[in-house]
Amino acid sequence: MGKTLFDKIWDKHVVEKIQDGPSVVYIDNHFIHEVTSPQAFKGIEQRGEQLFRPKQTVATADHNVPTLNQHLPIKDELSRMQVEQLINNCEKHGVELYGLGHPYQGIVHVIGPELGITQPGMTIVCGDSHTSTHGAFGTIAFGIGTSEVEMVFASQCVLQTKPKTMRINIEGALNKGVVSKDIILYIIAKISASGATGYFVEYAGSTIRALSMEARMTICNMSIEMGARGGMIAPDEITYSYMKGRAYAPKGGEWDKKKAQWEQLYTDADAQFDMEININAADIQPMITYGTNPGLGIAVNAHIPVVQSITEEGEKKTIEKALQYMGLESGQSLIGMPIQHVFIGSCTNSRIEDLREVAALVKGKKKSDKVQVMIVPGSQQVAKQVNAEGLDRIFAEAGFQIRQAGCSACLGMNEDKIPAGEYCISTSNRNFEGRQGAGARTLLASPLTAAAAALTGVVTDVREIM
Amino acid sequence: MKALQKINSRFVPLPIENVDTDQIIPARFLKATTRDGFGKNLFRDWRYENNDESKPKADFVLNQTQYSGEILVAGKNFGCGSSREHAAWSILDYGFFAVVSSFFADIFKNNALNNGVLPVTVSEGFLQKIFQQGNESTLSIDVAAQTITIDATGDTENFELNPYKKTCLLNGYDDIDFLLSKRETIAQFEKEKV
Ligand code: SF4
Repeated sequence: MGKTLFDKIWDKHVVEKIQDGPSVVYIDNHFIHEVTSPQAFKGIEQRGEQLFRPKQTVATADHNVPTLNQHLPIKDELSRMQVEQLINNCEKHGVELYGLGHPYQGIVHVIGPELGITQPGMTIVCGDSHTSTHGAFGTIAFGIGTSEVEMVFASQCVLQTKPKTMRINIEGALNKGVVSKDIILYIIAKISASGATGYFVEYAGSTIRALSMEARMTICNMSIEMGARGGMIAPDEITYSYMKGRAYAPKGGEWDKKKAQWEQLYTDADAQFDMEININAADIQPMITYGTNPGLGIAVNAHIPVVQSITEEGEKKTIEKALQYMGLESGQSLIGMPIQHVFIGSCTNSRIEDLREVAALVKGKKKSDKVQVMIVPGSQQVAKQVNAEGLDRIFAEAGFQIRQAGCSACLGMNEDKIPAGEYCISTSNRNFEGRQGAGARTLLASPLTAAAAALTGVVTDVREIM
Repeated sequence: MKALQKINSRFVPLPIENVDTDQIIPARFLKATTRDGFGKNLFRDWRYENNDESKPKADFVLNQTQYSGEILVAGKNFGCGSSREHAAWSILDYGFFAVVSSFFADIFKNNALNNGVLPVTVSEGFLQKIFQQGNESTLSIDVAAQTITIDATGDTENFELNPYKKTCLLNGYDDIDFLLSKRETIAQFEKEKV
């Protein structure tokens, strides 16, 4: 029987299978950031050990960095200490750091691919659940906890139980106004925020094959929001042309050799998955979430479910609680509802292509004076590209504020927070209670839908202004 | 990691589904560089009005003195969201040694086990039965036997636990020591792989 893409990569990386237990899985690349690494460094030091393979770890500062005046010392004392500790730890242990002020600094899941560190066939981990982003290159990439960060420091391995495999096939052309964010929000709404728990997902089908790398990353990024261990897409010419020439990508003869290996990375025709789901692209409309988990999403022009008609008790309670927090009504439509903030950023949608899409829509227009719009590029390199292409002028004319690279209002660890009770259309990946600041109300959507709301000041079906 | 063999205790009920890691420990408390002291911020925004410790929310279970114990019992899909191990640390630091639910998010489950907090997966029916018990009721969890019992009724269920993880938990063994002992094997693997 044939092998799945997942199995091909997994099998190559198992050092040892513990009897009745997990496998010792070798990790090719490890990314770290300031929030989930300090305790792991401390742990390894307390054991009196060195990092086993420090050259296979790359660090950046992203989660709690300010996105204004990054050249000044960080005002928040705890954030500053965390960032300083990362600098010290990296220096002491010989880890490459692309910290504040470095031209490569940015959100860890944006810089990995952008620098060409992320390559097909690799195993990649990071103390961050959205590590699944890197799966867009045909890698096994997943988020780990801090104890596991310490495991990688100690041995360049983690202990993992092999997940089950799921394939999601999406076929056909996308509707007008629909982008990859809508695809993944649609899938999560369909199978729920826990629908893929225990699985590693491969996305396949003609719709996926037609997507750019940026769009594929958006999809893989949110795999975790349906509980999946990770998500992946087999590499192809689109992957290789994205990678070629990037800082860490192989060069010359080495490139050809590697490419020949990468071309073997696909799921065999007769391979079996534990679960398969088929989706017709024509069914997908621009999406928006109304609740407090990413599975509570609807087509932007649809109505919130009528709570009384939900039969499953737990689900009913979840939705009631969510609507109460969000200040929304069962059965209502969101179209025309006023919003106060638009956040375009995060490892889901802060790449150059996302910002180009937004710029194309808002060019020559102005934002509503009822909303504040924040654009936070995913990395210094994206920010540079924005300026090089003149997108910064388009945003400035529209009244959008462009800030410096970081996670920003995606999780509100720095001062970029949404005030309690106010609504924010956000291109990020989580709408949990308080995620963007205590009491903040988040509606997740694509960069296009977010930009449309920025112009009108209300929830808008982007197709009507395209 | 401390060894964990048996727990016999009252429990704290949290009959809410999809409790995510941002509720367990909000991001603004992730700025510490040690593993200690997270317990006081466990469920911070559900616990206090406007983040004010002098204004506990009376309707939240951690503020209801009639409930206490070493076991947290929660609705399905507990621990979804971020990979922050701070969620497991805050649960442990608060004084819980086990979390019972009908479904756990993957990363949380790993993180909990890596810190000596036992995630106990029970059937939905058993979970509801626990929720029906009064606040004086106790649960018994036996790691070696992989059983959980509602003491008042005698209802018992088995739960799954990977045999390797079970050994770690029962003895307080640590994955990192195990992996450190494998360094030579791993170095050999690297040579063969290239
Ligand atoms: S942008 Fe948001 S989701 Fe992505 S790594 Fe940063 S905090 Fe996590």
